[in-house]
Amino acid sequence: MSSLTYIFKRLLMMIPTFFLVMIIIFLLVRLLPGDPAIAMAGDRASDADIQAIRERLGLTEPMLVQFWLFLSNTVQGDLGQSILMRTDVIDVIADRLPITVFLTIYSVALSLLIAGPLAFVAALNRGRWPDAVIRTVFQIGLSMPVFYIGLVLLTFLAAQLRLFPVGGYGDTFGERLYHLFLPSITVALYTSAIIMRNLRSAVIEVLDAEYVQFARAKGLPSRLVLGRHVLRNALISTVTLLGLSIGNLMSGTLVTETVFAVPGMGRLMLEAIFARDYPLIQGLTLTFAILVSFVFLMTDLFQSRLDPRMRLQ
Amino acid sequence: MSMEDQKPILEVNELNTTFHRNGRALPAVRDVSFSVARGEVLGLVGESGSGKSVTLRSIIGLARRYGDVTGQVRWKGSDLVAMPDRVLRHKQGREIAMIFQEPMTSLNPLLTVGLQLEESLRAHTDLQRKARHDRAVEMLDLVGIPSAAQRLKDYPHQFSGGMRQRVMIAIALAANPKLLLADEPTTALDVTIQAQILDLILRLAQDMDMGVVLVTHDLGVVAQTCDNLAVMYAGRIVEQGPVRDVLRAPGHPYTVGLMRSVPENLPPRTPLSSVPGVPPSLDALPTGCVFAPRCSSCIEPCLQDRPALTLITDRRQVACFNPVTNAKGNVA
Ligand SMILES: Nc1ncnc2c1ncn2[C@@H]1O[C@H](COP(=O)(O)OP(=O)(O)OP(=O)(O)O)[C@@H](O)[C@H]1O
Ligand code: SF4
Ligand SMILES: [Mg+2]
Repeated sequence: MSSLTYIFKRLLMMIPTFFLVMIIIFLLVRLLPGDPAIAMAGDRASDADIQAIRERLGLTEPMLVQFWLFLSNTVQGDLGQSILMRTDVIDVIADRLPITVFLTIYSVALSLLIAGPLAFVAALNRGRWPDAVIRTVFQIGLSMPVFYIGLVLLTFLAAQLRLFPVGGYGDTFGERLYHLFLPSITVALYTSAIIMRNLRSAVIEVLDAEYVQFARAKGLPSRLVLGRHVLRNALISTVTLLGLSIGNLMSGTLVTETVFAVPGMGRLMLEAIFARDYPLIQGLTLTFAILVSFVFLMTDLFQSRLDPRMRLQ
Repeated sequence: MSMEDQKPILEVNELNTTFHRNGRALPAVRDVSFSVARGEVLGLVGESGSGKSVTLRSIIGLARRYGDVTGQVRWKGSDLVAMPDRVLRHKQGREIAMIFQEPMTSLNPLLTVGLQLEESLRAHTDLQRKARHDRAVEMLDLVGIPSAAQRLKDYPHQFSGGMRQRVMIAIALAANPKLLLADEPTTALDVTIQAQILDLILRLAQDMDMGVVLVTHDLGVVAQTCDNLAVMYAGRIVEQGPVRDVLRAPGHPYTVGLMRSVPENLPPRTPLSSVPGVPPSLDALPTGCVFAPRCSSCIEPCLQDRPALTLITDRRQVACFNPVTNAKGNVA
């Protein structure tokens, strides 16, 4: 099976998943306490005003009809109007999506940069002091809440030392790297601890594997044994872990974006929830779901590139 | 094969390998000395855990990564134990090769067999890309893999167990080594192909004029294929000498026990069954002879001192205070 056919099949398989996601989103939003019409209309609105808004939002229709409208509009790419922003939800999301994607990729890249080399150092020195030091430091990282690390970084590096901006996003790639450094490193400190732990034990396991012993007995240079034989095999489980934790990572951005005033989807989601902005909440949740599925698909593709045993299945 | 007139290529002297686990020292190999000449096949037998694999891994420089190795491994005028990694690397695979027991786990599942063969050639020869490819095909052909050229692109999981073992042999021998360390190369295979693989190894060894250390559980194989035999127990060699002499009149009670467990009119490749009792654990060895708790010839000195390996005839060595003199071997 070619990888194109495979991707197509995977996409087809996503349809039922998304149907389910849509149902859940639809119900969740309606289970939130509070009434969006009241929220929109403000304190001094009359009952008639509120009723008018209800009708405009389609909230007076029966549930099934509402769901059908939601479904069919969504399939046509129409996510409705944001109550909060008073523009199309799809435009609002298109505006914020790149920021969150950038932040997520940046965090993952930083995590790998931190965790990768240290995991190798720890694994190669298993049981000796470098291993102990690295593990202890990351254990501390794991037990600290993201939010707390963020605040410490923010007050210290940004406010006190004025090394990094307190909020905002920037326009060029370089500016973005600079502006998003603190939020990304906050997420990365936590994620890298998880990756480090996983990669360290994967490397240790692979180092003991017979094929690595055989590679060494062949007299290959160390760099080749580690790079070609150890790293690739150890990465398989780590990539899986990374892919599976993408959901956690994204909910992490919800907090970090708020702490660091980054105008991404995470912060928008919080605002939308507070404002009972149904259409926006629905749109954002759907976007998160699509992102996560996309990452799962990429993980699988990456794995099957790495591991020939996973191909042709 | 005439061994007497051959100078040894490998000389192992007083090899000791110790592992450290939870603050305890595990003497996995103790005072092991033997030599191998060109074209000679040395059989290494002993129960599970007696230190056969660790001995091979200590010789080729794998064990020192996770244990303490002392003593000497003399090879072409230098000592491999004292040799730094970057120098040793040019001996590993190029002059001394090792094949492992498990063909299923000894090849990297993510790399084509072609790559795993060629990386060895690349590390040890000046061959260019094209020449390396040709040599790789030649090697697969040599070990009897059909349509070798096409199979270079295949991954290990696309081969059967026996074929994988052939691939491993091809990789190990690609750079033309002069010594082959074979650690139970057929144990994991179907009985029907064990003989084929063993014959292949021994035929190639003869063609390439290699010395071989063959670890096996099979005294029948030893009798048919080896020139010399070393019997290991609890990390030590307890008896060694020419195969015929040892099997005809074993001196060490443990060797006798191993052979008693082999029936008369031995069919070829009968597995070595065990002597009553179990070997001692490495962190609680008896003070005297390590075999004493299981030995029926045990006498007073055995409980006080460790017997050293001493010559009992001109080429036979036995580590025993009360060697057997009248045992009738029934293998050779
Ligand atoms: N990496 C290690 N760390 C600690 N102990 C080890 C290690 N490798 C081997 N040992 C111990 O050394 C002893 C000898 O092991 P070895 O693998 O050489 O036995 P063997 O004779 O090859 O047995 P088998 O026939 O089962 O292969 C065993 O007690 C084993 O537990
Ligand atoms: S030294 Fe004694 S205990 Fe050891 S094998 Fe010989 S007779 Fe048995
Ligand atoms: Mg073994």
